[in-house]
Amino acid sequence: MTELTELGVAQIRDGVAGGDFTAVEVAEAFNANVAAAQEALNAFIIATPEKAIEAAQATDAKRAKGEALGKMGGVPIGMKDLFATFDVQTTAASHMLEGFKPQYESTVSQKLWDAGAGMLGKLNLDQFAMGSSNETSYFGNVISPWKRNDGGNAALAPGGSSGGSSAALAARLCPAATGTDTGGSIRQPAAFTGTTGIKPTYGRCSRWGVVAFASSLDQAGPMARSVQDCAIMLEAMAGFDAKDSTSLDLPVPNWEAALSGDMKGKKVGIPKEYRVDGLDDDVAKSWDDGIAWLKDAGAEIVEISLPHTKYALPTYYIIAPAEASSNLARYDGVRYGLRDLPDGANLQDMYAATRAAGFGPEVKRRILIGTYVLSAGFYDAYYTQAQKVRALIAQDFAKAFEQCDVILAPTAPSAAFGLGENVDDPLKMYLNDVFAVPASLAGLPAMSVPAGLNREGLPLGLQVIGKAFDEQGVLNAGLALEQRAQFAAKPEKWW
Amino acid sequence: MSVDTATVAKIASLARIKVSEAEIEAMVPELNGILAWVEQLGEVDTSQVEPMTAVIPNTLRLRDDVIDADPLTGGDKRDAVLANAPAAQHGFFGVPKVIE
Repeated sequence: MTELTELGVAQIRDGVAGGDFTAVEVAEAFNANVAAAQEALNAFIIATPEKAIEAAQATDAKRAKGEALGKMGGVPIGMKDLFATFDVQTTAASHMLEGFKPQYESTVSQKLWDAGAGMLGKLNLDQFAMGSSNETSYFGNVISPWKRNDGGNAALAPGGSSGGSSAALAARLCPAATGTDTGGSIRQPAAFTGTTGIKPTYGRCSRWGVVAFASSLDQAGPMARSVQDCAIMLEAMAGFDAKDSTSLDLPVPNWEAALSGDMKGKKVGIPKEYRVDGLDDDVAKSWDDGIAWLKDAGAEIVEISLPHTKYALPTYYIIAPAEASSNLARYDGVRYGLRDLPDGANLQDMYAATRAAGFGPEVKRRILIGTYVLSAGFYDAYYTQAQKVRALIAQDFAKAFEQCDVILAPTAPSAAFGLGENVDDPLKMYLNDVFAVPASLAGLPAMSVPAGLNREGLPLGLQVIGKAFDEQGVLNAGLALEQRAQFAAKPEKWW
Repeated sequence: MSVDTATVAKIASLARIKVSEAEIEAMVPELNGILAWVEQLGEVDTSQVEPMTAVIPNTLRLRDDVIDADPLTGGDKRDAVLANAPAAQHGFFGVPKVIE
């Protein structure tokens, strides 16, 4: 029998329902992998093996009684530590929230538990989801399970901010994990680790109980090892929530049932502006492979133009820090989280000391940028201008979708880089999200699917961007790619 | 536009983050690098464009005007609200003295 930890969401769900194995056996197998990999990979901030077992026992008991098991029945998952989980430490990978035990459950995590999933633990991430390499976590770097094939032993980034999620998936510590995507934080880590993830249309998944970074961009989504698994988990996560003012009041489609890799009659747009000077050869080749695969699936390829692409990153790095500076004002040392009260300090001193001690350098950098661009005299030049350019970027997509059904592009400009390679230069790090940020700014569904390995033996991802609300179109194109890429590579176990 | 040490000190004060002089010195070139880069947005003609207010068209809802309509966010949650407070006292958030 295949090892249980090699199985995905659909296989576990069907295997448990069919009695091939029990949910408890599955949970125990993943719990063991989580524990064995913790020291080497640091993918989890805390493990919660008892929660995984408890949920599995409930699933097995339901099955014994002949009750329905739910969309995720018997599937243990990793929960990004940005989702509030009742009475289980929720940190956003910050010192500020170390020890914080929410007295409520986020909507998305509650929906997953209601669907029969269990929690293996809280996954590491970039601090407050700010980063592209998982090097800003207060709880240490996540180490990618992947290694270059050059015989060296360089520790590689799992991507970010959902780096714990991506590393855990690639290392078979979980069959699926939650992610959140503000400017690429699901797609880029998926690409770096040979895993699959989808950011749905803005508003599909409730933001209630998700530690806020940039509220007009933040969107939760599933990460897994196949398109089908992402479709299943997204169905469980999505849905209207009255507690989120930007939640979409739409029914949740049955994405899994409608999955089809047949692209006949579909037009796939190739944005010429993404073919930037100096694009990595292997990335360019994988993009060409993707074009050929979608043609083979019956699609017609059309060139499209997204003329404001080059302005997407600077727009993002005004809007996201501006919203972050506002959202993170809540951490004041009064209501929850860290308090630093120097001797003789007054209230203002306490705020400043608490925030100095609780936030890491990247978080401070973004708060300061955000405070500056929102400050009197600069607001129009920076923030209003950025919101106008954002409108133009969204218009670019709207025009492009008059000519095509989905857009195909690389997910990231390179394969995984080494830890420490980009940390000294924030701008260089930001450029990692050059292909991911435009869809975020426009609120569009977008996913990353593994395309193959580069010359260093590292995974590369292909990105599919769809029209608003058309997750089905994105998943279907993703499936067409997956069926042809036949990506079966996995990191050789060294941990 | 670029920032100097005085401006960074002022922003940090507005953001209520205590920073040392050495930190300010280190932040000036970093922030200037980022600001110079984002300023390329100035070259985009946006004279005919309205700033984006909602990325996906949506209407804001009002909840029913009913007390405790949602038990999760309704009242009678004092202890849960205070459960993570660093210095809860007598059913309140404790803070340093703010009046003499």
